[in-house]
Amino acid sequence: MSRTELNPSTAAGKMIGVLDLQGDVFEHLDHLGRLGVAARPVKQAEDFEGLAGLILPGGESTCLARLLQIFSIDKVIIRKFHEGVKLWGTCAGAILLAKSLSGETPHLGLIDIEVERNGFGSQLDSFASEASIPRLSQTPIPLTFIRAPKILSVGRGVEVLLRIGDFIAAAESPGVLVTIFHPELTPSLAFHRYFARKCGLQPGEEETAIDPSWDKTSWMRLARITPMERRSAEPLAKVLPQEMDHENPEGI
Amino acid sequence: MDAKRYELNVQLAQMLKGGVIMDVTNVEQAKIAEEAGAVAVMALERVPADIRKDGGVARMSDPLMIAEIKKAVSIPVMAKARIGHFVEAQIIEALKIDYIDESEVLTPADEECHIDKTRFSIPFVCGARNLGEALRRIAEGAAMIRTKGEAGTGNVVEAVRHMRTMNREIRQLAHMPVEEVTGFAKANGIPYELALKVRELGRLPVVNFAAGGIATPADAALMMQLGCDGVFVGSGIFKSATPAVRARAIVKATAYFNDPAKVLEASMGLGEAMPGLEISALPKEQLLAGRGW
Repeated sequence: MSRTELNPSTAAGKMIGVLDLQGDVFEHLDHLGRLGVAARPVKQAEDFEGLAGLILPGGESTCLARLLQIFSIDKVIIRKFHEGVKLWGTCAGAILLAKSLSGETPHLGLIDIEVERNGFGSQLDSFASEASIPRLSQTPIPLTFIRAPKILSVGRGVEVLLRIGDFIAAAESPGVLVTIFHPELTPSLAFHRYFARKCGLQPGEEETAIDPSWDKTSWMRLARITPMERRSAEPLAKVLPQEMDHENPEGI
Repeated sequence: MDAKRYELNVQLAQMLKGGVIMDVTNVEQAKIAEEAGAVAVMALERVPADIRKDGGVARMSDPLMIAEIKKAVSIPVMAKARIGHFVEAQIIEALKIDYIDESEVLTPADEECHIDKTRFSIPFVCGARNLGEALRRIAEGAAMIRTKGEAGTGNVVEAVRHMRTMNREIRQLAHMPVEEVTGFAKANGIPYELALKVRELGRLPVVNFAAGGIATPADAALMMQLGCDGVFVGSGIFKSATPAVRARAIVKATAYFNDPAKVLEASMGLGEAMPGLEISALPKEQLLAGRGW
């Protein structure tokens, strides 16, 4: 599709999708639920209708790239981007969105950054820290890096949101946000709130950086074994498709 | 391992959700697995089907082979240590790979004690047949659990049994009045605090994959529909007629486990699966799932 066919009005969706092929999908859905933002997992071409934004979660970028290709979801994402849907890639998601990958062929190429995969080493080099990003939050934001990539440089039209030492940890263009860390693994809602606003949505008013009711098992309410328990988690369970009820597929 | 390191290790397992971890025995297989979309590879000298056939003592793989595989791929690399063999685990940690599997597929080094995994920085995944076994491993510091199944058989029946057993016990706990938890925990050898946690969460408190006998895309989707978070495929890929094709098909079926049309598409024209073994026909001493406790 050429840019002249763009129709900005199609981006007037009210919902944020989380690409549900592999990775930490539930963690993002849980965070969006806490902000009162409507969200749903997205895995088929038709699921992209009515989205204001799409999150490409953490996971393994080679696996995600392969799955995007097999079912031509990559083409749908590129088309939706040109129609005005905002994108946010965390960790593996940032790798998929980058225009340039050190020593490799890039995937979606929708933001002008150069990324190096496994920028820090093995799992033993994964770490947590925090940083101040005044544009997003008055208080420092906790950061979690899991076998993270590094953003080495950004091109024209891309703004650096966070630089740490010799690498860039977060950046954005008008249509795309990238973070090499995982806000969805921390109690901070600041990045999810920022992205929701970028999508033209109005997330909850509360501006505190930290959600005290979040803990590291919060995502598990979306991945329970027990159907009754899952139903009792109503507000968050709404974002899940029916067939997630593994043990009770007929809903009986 | 301090609490923060443990949290990071559990979180790496969270990143693997919905994915397939594949057994590989050399660099070439590791590259095939990565190219097919594996979320991690398990580096080992012989796949379980061969360990079963060859007999003898199965030990940690040659670290040189593990190091070569680590160099060849960018996805996480795991390797197996014998149950209770904490020095094999120390060696693997010194190799700086991403995960250790304290595995019943290798010959146990200790019949009383599993490895004290809290002494390590590297994460561990451990096998389990039921909730009690899973929670004992978590109490020892495991950051991820998998069903044991019966490795190297190409027969999914034991993995199904273990997954259903865990699910049943989780459901029981979740619907139990709190005063009954003490007795349930005692009867099933479950650390009490973890029993309470599972009751509250309605699932295991860490990521739980299926393993042991998965050989087809349908097997992988079956385990996912039973509620596991992802799958390990051991002998199933490289003991089949067309490893690269089958590996891709299992990745597809795992991602789209609840979409029969896509699992169908993934299942077509794969050539011969690995030859399977009837579990009841195996002599008792050849069953691997009974190793560990």
